[in-house]
Amino acid sequence: MKGNPIAGSVRALVALVSLFLLVACGENSPPSGADAEPSITVYSSRKEHLIKPLFDLYTAKTGVAIRYITDSAGPLIARLEAEGASTPADILMTVDAGNLWQAAEQGLFRNLESPTLSSNIPAHLRSESNQWFGLSIRARTIVYATNKLSADELSTYEDLADPKWQARLCLRTSKKVYNQSLVATMISSLGEAQAEGIVAGWVANLATDPFSSDTTMMEAIAAGQCDLGIANTYYFGRMKKADPSLNLALFWPNQSDRGVHINISGAGVTTHAKRPEAAQALLEWLSSPEAQGQLAELNQEFPANPLVKASEEILAWGDFKADKVNVEAAGRLQAAAVRLMDRVDYR
Amino acid sequence: MAALVMLPITVILLSWGTAETAIWQHLIETQLGRLLRNTLLLVFGVGVCVTLLGVSLAWLTAMCDFPGRRWLDWALMLPLAVPSYVLAFVALGLLSYSGPVQTLWRDTFGVGVWFPNVRGPGGVIFVLSMVLYPYVYMLARGALLSQGRGLMDAAQLLGRNHIKSFLLVALPMARPAIAAGVSLALMETLADFGAVSIFNYDTFTTAIYKSWFGFFSLTAAAQLASLLLLFVGLALIAEQRARGNGRFHQQAKRKRVGFKLRGWRGLLASAYCFSVVLLAFAVPVGQLLFWAFETAATDIGPRFWGLVEHTFLLGVMAACALLTMALLVAYGQRLKGHHHGGYLERLAGMGYALPGSVLAVGIMTAFAYFDRALINPFQVFLGLTPSQVLVGSVGALLAAYVIRFFSVAYGPVHSSLERIRPSYQEAAQMLGASKFEVLKRVYLPLLTPGLLSALLLVLVDTMKEMPATLLLRPFGWDTLAVRIYEMTSEGEWQRAALPALVLVLISIPPVIIMIRRSRA
Repeated sequence: MKGNPIAGSVRALVALVSLFLLVACGENSPPSGADAEPSITVYSSRKEHLIKPLFDLYTAKTGVAIRYITDSAGPLIARLEAEGASTPADILMTVDAGNLWQAAEQGLFRNLESPTLSSNIPAHLRSESNQWFGLSIRARTIVYATNKLSADELSTYEDLADPKWQARLCLRTSKKVYNQSLVATMISSLGEAQAEGIVAGWVANLATDPFSSDTTMMEAIAAGQCDLGIANTYYFGRMKKADPSLNLALFWPNQSDRGVHINISGAGVTTHAKRPEAAQALLEWLSSPEAQGQLAELNQEFPANPLVKASEEILAWGDFKADKVNVEAAGRLQAAAVRLMDRVDYR
Repeated sequence: MAALVMLPITVILLSWGTAETAIWQHLIETQLGRLLRNTLLLVFGVGVCVTLLGVSLAWLTAMCDFPGRRWLDWALMLPLAVPSYVLAFVALGLLSYSGPVQTLWRDTFGVGVWFPNVRGPGGVIFVLSMVLYPYVYMLARGALLSQGRGLMDAAQLLGRNHIKSFLLVALPMARPAIAAGVSLALMETLADFGAVSIFNYDTFTTAIYKSWFGFFSLTAAAQLASLLLLFVGLALIAEQRARGNGRFHQQAKRKRVGFKLRGWRGLLASAYCFSVVLLAFAVPVGQLLFWAFETAATDIGPRFWGLVEHTFLLGVMAACALLTMALLVAYGQRLKGHHHGGYLERLAGMGYALPGSVLAVGIMTAFAYFDRALINPFQVFLGLTPSQVLVGSVGALLAAYVIRFFSVAYGPVHSSLERIRPSYQEAAQMLGASKFEVLKRVYLPLLTPGLLSALLLVLVDTMKEMPATLLLRPFGWDTLAVRIYEMTSEGEWQRAALPALVLVLISIPPVIIMIRRSRA
């Protein structure tokens, strides 16, 4: 039985694996001496193609290297917590204020004394103790089919619970954090009982089961399965960019009272950061006019720094009044919002 | 080995130390009934579909001859390389209200004419069955081929027709392999998050994620996950009981049965196999190709090739590590005289049914604990700055793959080992061979088809693996699955098509090699 291919290849592969392990461990061992090349480590749930261009720019400008891994916020927060003091992460960057609030709750962020950040980022877009800071804004607003409706038939989020929208409304699943944050801020400004009545009304008006993404929901609206829905502005922007003649338009609700619901992507410096000063400098730069325009434009969002104008495409959607409730409410009331949506059978 | 696999499960079970009364009460009041109904319906539906599809296809390609059999034989394996979330998205894209099929339907028959609800349970069952039937097909096919024709001939001499002799002789003989395939498919169904979330179909797994991301309670998520484990454990024990103490040994010399299907029967068989390949592979890959062409110009670059390299490297390393482990454990069991594997091995394999992210966090927590409790104090003792050694190393990622996919490798290895007569080993030992020599010179050659199946399955599975790779990869070790995640989670399906397509393409050569070898 000479030259059995399996036995041979298994042996070769075992050798190969051991070799790789050795090499890999070698690669991974920490640089000897604390003052190896300066670098910042970022855990990010904002995706690579939306952050890498900015990181590259920063590295080119300052010589500070930035390394990062991307994942969803939940696993990244769990990893930071498990790693404790030995974490390599200097910055945690996530989307949705609820996730930032949760990370702060678990003590993963440190307080930052930064006049730059405090003046660049408005108070309702950062935590009260300056642990995290919004870096870009997205609005969650009403999208409607222009061949079925005109803007003057629309008014508020609450109005979507009116029986006149029976079998005309489409929604994304309640499992998406953006809807949880929307309902959480409604609880915060209207109270739980009223918010529950409104969400129950939405569910009663649904034309079809909730969708798994804003994009598929808007496709259904465009195709005529329903007349209107609630979506994040940048998803709308992407669809319009791909097909400018699409029969969809945005409507800014609640302009005569609290304003349009907004959410943020943001970041903070971790409690056990190894290079807190360098990390803070990076955040300050990200909040500066120089970086804000590009940061927002990469994902068709609004800059968090009020001094910076949004891109032309976005300005074309028209100006609107945004809900000034601190985005922290989204985190604080998220669990209540999830329970509320479960009670009214919003799936 | 078992200890390694038990690590994350232990972490998950430790979650019961903290009470989450409020969340549990809420879940029981509003959700639990529907979740259980949905999950059972899904498991039952997928179970029936993959068994019927897998066994019937395996019977046709392994025991019969019909036009196109030679290429359908391997083409039927290809859907294994298609991730479930990709098929789910393509299916919904084509069949939902705004998709081309229903648009054409409305243009032809008018608005309001009935069309099946593709977003319901039927749709999810269809998608998961199409992606998961290859597990059953592959293992059943291997078992049927290795039975040879002797027994079928005997049955026919005794007056049974082809169908009867298949049902009464070949099928029961192939049962360990079929059971292994079906239980893999069902465990993957339970763990699936991608396809069910695209369909917005609530199962136990979606509830686990909801507790984690919605209620910010990893504890409640882990408690739910451990209930899922209990369920799987009971099912596995039941399966083992049902199998009884029968032993199945194969004949050494194999010869294909080659029952000729002529005329319309042959055409029907071809059409059946062909339509499965079409729906489960050709259509989704065609859609991917279409999208990939639109984005290839901007997305292909040195970084992209880096992704391909990492994916392949990690896949090969993990597959080898897994195969070695599975072989040693299965052989160890056999030497001890346990023919069905000990309960410990069964328990170890249950990790496969856990939702990927939950298992990944369990593994990560365990490694982070070792880093902090064992390695960091040692580093301080040596005068070094404490830092991560395990978490974020290639070794830890490989260990995670081993834990997650152990049962995938163990199933085929174990079931083909079961079919070898113990007398071979006794004979070899009487001739003075050592245990290692017996393994090398008697078992390995006989096990070749089973080992190849296992190698292929785990290679493809690790390359597709997403949650553990995301959480545990070293800095810079991005893979194709990571890129797919980044694009799909932003809703950019078109840009996810290119990495998904490449992932499918690198999985094709191993499939063809395996099928070629097993024909010999």
